[in-house]
Amino acid sequence: MEIYLDNGATTRVFDSVKDKMITVLSNDYGNPSSLHNKGFYAEQYIKEAREIIANSLKVEAKEVIFTSGGTEANNLALIGVANANKRRGNHIITTRIEHSSVNEPLKHLMNNGFEVDFCSVDKYGNLIINELIELIRDDTVLISIIYVNNEIGTIQDLSTIINKIKEAKQDIIIHVDAIQAYGKININPKKLGIDLLSISAHKINGPKGIGALFINNKTRINPIIFGGGQELNIRSGTENVPAIAGFGQAVIETFDNMDTKINNIYKIKKYFIEKVLLIDGTSINGIEFTDTINEIEVKKTAPHIVSVSFRGVRNEVLLHSLAEKSIYVSSGSACSSNQPQRSSTLVSIGLDNELLSSTLRFSFSDETLIEDINYTLEEIKKILPILRRYQAK
Amino acid sequence: MLYKAFLIKYAEIGLKGKNRYMFENALINRTKVGLEPVGRFNVIKEQGRLFVQCLGEYDFDEAIAALNKVFGIAYICPVVVANDNSWDVITKEVGDYIDLKYPTKDFTFKVEAKRADKRYPLNSPQMCSAMGSYLLDRFPELKVDVHKPQKRITIEIRTQTYFYTDSIKGPGGMPVGSNGKAMLLLSGGIDSPVAGYMIAKRGVSISATYFHAPPYTSERAKQKVVDLAKKISKYTGSIKLNVVNFTDIQLYIYDQCPHEELTIIMRRYMMKIAEKIAIEEGCLGLITGESIGQVASQTIQSLAATNEVCSLPVFRPLIAFDKQDIINISDNIDTYETSIQPFEDCCTIFVAKHPVTKPNIKAIIRSEKKLEEKIEGLVNEALETIEVINID
Repeated sequence: MEIYLDNGATTRVFDSVKDKMITVLSNDYGNPSSLHNKGFYAEQYIKEAREIIANSLKVEAKEVIFTSGGTEANNLALIGVANANKRRGNHIITTRIEHSSVNEPLKHLMNNGFEVDFCSVDKYGNLIINELIELIRDDTVLISIIYVNNEIGTIQDLSTIINKIKEAKQDIIIHVDAIQAYGKININPKKLGIDLLSISAHKINGPKGIGALFINNKTRINPIIFGGGQELNIRSGTENVPAIAGFGQAVIETFDNMDTKINNIYKIKKYFIEKVLLIDGTSINGIEFTDTINEIEVKKTAPHIVSVSFRGVRNEVLLHSLAEKSIYVSSGSACSSNQPQRSSTLVSIGLDNELLSSTLRFSFSDETLIEDINYTLEEIKKILPILRRYQAK
Repeated sequence: MLYKAFLIKYAEIGLKGKNRYMFENALINRTKVGLEPVGRFNVIKEQGRLFVQCLGEYDFDEAIAALNKVFGIAYICPVVVANDNSWDVITKEVGDYIDLKYPTKDFTFKVEAKRADKRYPLNSPQMCSAMGSYLLDRFPELKVDVHKPQKRITIEIRTQTYFYTDSIKGPGGMPVGSNGKAMLLLSGGIDSPVAGYMIAKRGVSISATYFHAPPYTSERAKQKVVDLAKKISKYTGSIKLNVVNFTDIQLYIYDQCPHEELTIIMRRYMMKIAEKIAIEEGCLGLITGESIGQVASQTIQSLAATNEVCSLPVFRPLIAFDKQDIINISDNIDTYETSIQPFEDCCTIFVAKHPVTKPNIKAIIRSEKKLEEKIEGLVNEALETIEVINID
């Protein structure tokens, strides 16, 4: 038996997605730019997928640009918008709990004359809105916010945040990294006032190597990849047709009956949290509660992500021990004696130093069963005392 | 293709008396294996050297790089084969070659000529002087120096005529397979791959043992060791890598013995286990990457304590090397980048803050008495559950 609790990292491809991709790979392999029928048929897959994704976000099809994945979507949004709007200003604001695919392009922009400010979060990972508003300046052009944090699952209250931003300065361009949110939360970028939104296929049981960026019609953006002018000249390169077709199919399946599925994942999450807290020396990161776990508070976080700290245990060792039992989870922060690499999210929510390297992320899917959770908890209970006994002194 | 052959000169194995053929055969074998991925070649033994004939197209740089990994080769001479044995053709082709190869001709030279066919119209001294004057006529900037020439132009007339001017330095050492086999204690670090490389350079075939400690060490840590073994196997030839699961032994020592002695006792058991596998595989020695004083377990007292459990000789080629010198070799043999990947190995996981640096062997043996109840069973279990990975 294999228990895959690392759906925040990536997901298993749906069978229907795989079948669709095989059809494209074997039969409809044409280059969408080719003038003949082979090209035409290939182009139809892209058109179809673009419409499916646009519908899921309630935006226009021409506002969806395919990229090689979430990282490229974030890079394109930040670098492309910063460069296209230089004359309006060079100040950008983001949060302290972004993914590296936002932090690193921003670092690149900082090395090229842009100024970036980072807004703090509270101990549950919620943006401190007052601080954000105070950071806004006359030359602020862009604000980038992660919708669902990938490590602790915090959902930002975008509606309130964006309203406050617009009150302070109407013309700031808003980018949202929705890579962990898409398929888990109903997102309506236009209602929320979002100008750019990044999504990725492999987090919703689609293939790796494909993502998309929603770009509001009126938002000025420069390409970061140049070539044959595909994707409205915003993202050149022969389109990854099989992956795009697979992405579309994954969206259809994910959004079909989504609310029910999400509720089920929330049930799993709540159950897991209740049980894991019964184990000695554990704590949950990113969720507010006192004695008992409250459904309302759980639902303020993403359905699929739970961050748990196990006091007195090296996360990597626990991770490998679970892997020996075919239970797959991920370490909140990779940390070995050779390479102390702290998670900026966990540091930002004020987790104490000792727990930084004792934290694991469990991430569920629609396919996760209560039995999987029970088995996982039993194994954790067996392993923890052993790991706590053998430690460097 | 300019060079249709290579002349391989070897140094030390030329001295081996009646066993010489064994060394030569090992060298022929290693040369053939080394050139296998480069193209089609024929390797022939010929009067104290090897002659490599190129049977098809190949990339010159790749061939030289491959030959540079064959221990036992002192020099590699890229050889041009003349189209014809007539003296006029030979002189013209040697001249053309010199013209092509050396655009500036402000060097001194000497011609050396040999003929296998004694009926050839010119004898060796005549060939030397005829070639010398031809070249001086054609390239007036050249100068002859018969004592210390900058270039030696060598011409050999056999069934075909060969000439060469260049000697590229090879790696030296002795061909792997000519000096028995030893067991390398391979970790994921910088030192042990270098140690294995150095002993292989003396002609010794290599087997390897790696101790892993899941779940404290990861699959990636093991893969790193496999990758390192692959890198050094380009020099050493195929390696049988024994992966020993050391977790239970390590935890048992942790339970029973003083924590500051953990590393030293653990290393003694690693040596014991490696020796058992070594004897089983017909190895005549153990190889470690230890260097005096590098870490607590490599003080001279610690080395004495780990050495004490072995009866096979322990080869420690890096014993007097500074870390930077080891890193330089590691860089040259392309293991450095792999070695510095940050994965925990089983020597570091439970390491004490203040491990003993001057272990007293008697005290260590006293501590090990506390292991008597189970240790033999655990060692046997570790030996029975070895995972073998063959690296070609």
